[in-house]
Amino acid sequence: MTTVPRYHVAIVGAGPSGFYAAEALLRSDKNIAVDLFERLPVPYGLVRFGVAPDHAKLKQVTAVFERIAQMPGFRFVGGVEIGVDIGIDDLRRSYHAVILATGAALGREMGLTGENLPGTHQASDFVGWYNGHPDYRDLTFDFGGERAVVIGHGNVALDVARILVKTPDELRHTDIAGHALEALAESRIREVHLVGRGGPDGTRFSAKELQEFGTLGNCDPGVEMGDLAIDPFVPPQGVDPERKIAIGLLDAFSRRAWEKSRRCLFRFHLAPVGFEGHERVNRAVFRWSAQGEGLEQDVGIDTNLVFLSVGRRSAPVADVPYDAGRGVHANAGGRIGVEGEEVPGLYVCGWSKRGPQGTIGTNRACALDTVEKLLADLGSLPSPPSTAADSVVSSIWQRQGLRLDFEAWRAIDLAEVARGRVLGKPREKFVSVEAMIAAAKGKDIAC
Amino acid sequence: MPYVVTDHCTGCRYTECVTVCPVECFHIDDDMTYIDPDNCIDCGGCVPACPVGAIQPSYLLSPDQQKWIEINRRRSAETPVVTMRLTPLAGADERKRALGL
Ligand SMILES: Cc1cc2nc3c(=O)[nH]c(=O)nc-3n(C[C@H](O)[C@H](O)[C@H](O)COP(=O)(O)OP(=O)(O)OC[C@H]3O[C@@H](n4cnc5c(N)ncnc54)[C@H](O)[C@@H]3O)c2cc1C
Ligand code: SF4
Ligand code: SF4
Repeated sequence: MTTVPRYHVAIVGAGPSGFYAAEALLRSDKNIAVDLFERLPVPYGLVRFGVAPDHAKLKQVTAVFERIAQMPGFRFVGGVEIGVDIGIDDLRRSYHAVILATGAALGREMGLTGENLPGTHQASDFVGWYNGHPDYRDLTFDFGGERAVVIGHGNVALDVARILVKTPDELRHTDIAGHALEALAESRIREVHLVGRGGPDGTRFSAKELQEFGTLGNCDPGVEMGDLAIDPFVPPQGVDPERKIAIGLLDAFSRRAWEKSRRCLFRFHLAPVGFEGHERVNRAVFRWSAQGEGLEQDVGIDTNLVFLSVGRRSAPVADVPYDAGRGVHANAGGRIGVEGEEVPGLYVCGWSKRGPQGTIGTNRACALDTVEKLLADLGSLPSPPSTAADSVVSSIWQRQGLRLDFEAWRAIDLAEVARGRVLGKPREKFVSVEAMIAAAKGKDIAC
Repeated sequence: MPYVVTDHCTGCRYTECVTVCPVECFHIDDDMTYIDPDNCIDCGGCVPACPVGAIQPSYLLSPDQQKWIEINRRRSAETPVVTMRLTPLAGADERKRALGL
């Protein structure tokens, strides 16, 4: 026997944190129905559009999200941007509670001179482009030069560098967007400089991602020893084991010869100053400083392709308080607002709560924590009319002229996998919303 | 290259690892946790979460620790999944101190 749900919760954003929040709500002892709203017709957020195409195993996490989508009381509502198509206050009026799980879609700017010169890009734009995100598919990147510079020493910077130095054969059988595979196949890049402010002990590279650079088909990793003081690879006292392994890997890279046709060069102690060029960037300038010795010197790297990978921030949502300093929706431990003045019934989880950090699973602990707070508040939140949530969803489907629900996604998914099969890829993504909708319609889901 | 739980975990069970696993592939018995190698997606998220450094990627295991690959495979098949944090076993803090952590 199915009982009528007592509580309706809306979640905004179908990335990992949105799915884990849905799961926590549906597993709770309360009788809750969940509507998961997503801007695009396709779910999974940065698992689809961030995680690198050559990390296929990680993408298997979507099997967990598929299971969550099967739970009774779950509804996926794709193709709706909250704050644009529906206001946040309209949503709040129709649900007991709303959880924002909108991720961190925007790259952080550094405010340097020449940062907007053509040829200087946000890493997040490049990542969106090679992963076939509809917002980024029309961007172009010039791979005609021999040297690219990636600024930032985190895992996203490693992804960007790896995609730049892998051969077409290493990428051909991944789910990389077709347009990216084509453009990268023509690339003349031979050298990628991975530049950071700190030393080998100050990176945020995870050991596993760094280790991959020792195994690339056509690229040798190296370290520019001129950047470093003596004994740069001695791990500091008390450093965690992961960092120790990363330092050891960099040490090994520093002793490698450049034999393959491409090279990825790790650079240290270089703080970006600005970018030079007329029509487009032709030089990136950094300030090098020797640790503790008071030495400083400007260092230029000639390049016409630069990627900034120094962090991301959440896109503000209309009528939701924003914390510009942290780049997230303003929140006190998951409740939107400031401590003591929280907006009733409005919550946040995932990257739009804590900023871009951790692995996919960190969002599970994070979503559980937010849902715990929501459940504690639930009894005291005002009840909307019992049919309000259904009215919201049916009016969306009416406006769309079709249902972009989980069934529609399944049709898109099947079509992508079929397109991929003929190319020897796990899937060939549709890179426009129109094409996604056409594939969804293929399964006769018009209302 | 799955991740494996090693003997540092025995007698501890903080289960911090479990809360950050995206695919719920930790299993548990009275002594320790085990990772199901067929479900683990190699995200590495559990490694820094473990307060006693019990989890390692299999490629980093020393020769005398290689046996844990097979133990994790076998025991994860025989034991239930654990999805939530448990209360640590009595004596867990002593164990952590004994390991010098
Ligand atoms: C380049 C890159 C590589 C990564 N690689 C790894 C890796 O190797 N291993 C790992 O563990 N983690 C990796 N991550 C991290 C992982 O992707 C994130 O931890 C995770 O995706 C964050 O989840 P989220 O749900 O908070 O946000 P997202 O995944 O960003 O999901 C947010 C969703 O909300 C939707 N949305 C936004 N605004 C609205 C709105 N107004 N209305 C409706 N919908 C909206 C978006 O379209 C999106 O689908 C990587 C991240 C990046 C950027
Ligand atoms: S956190 Fe570490 S010690 Fe605790 S249960 Fe997990 S593996 Fe064992
Ligand atoms: S590596 Fe990731 S998937 Fe594997 S057990 Fe650890 S947290 Fe789970």
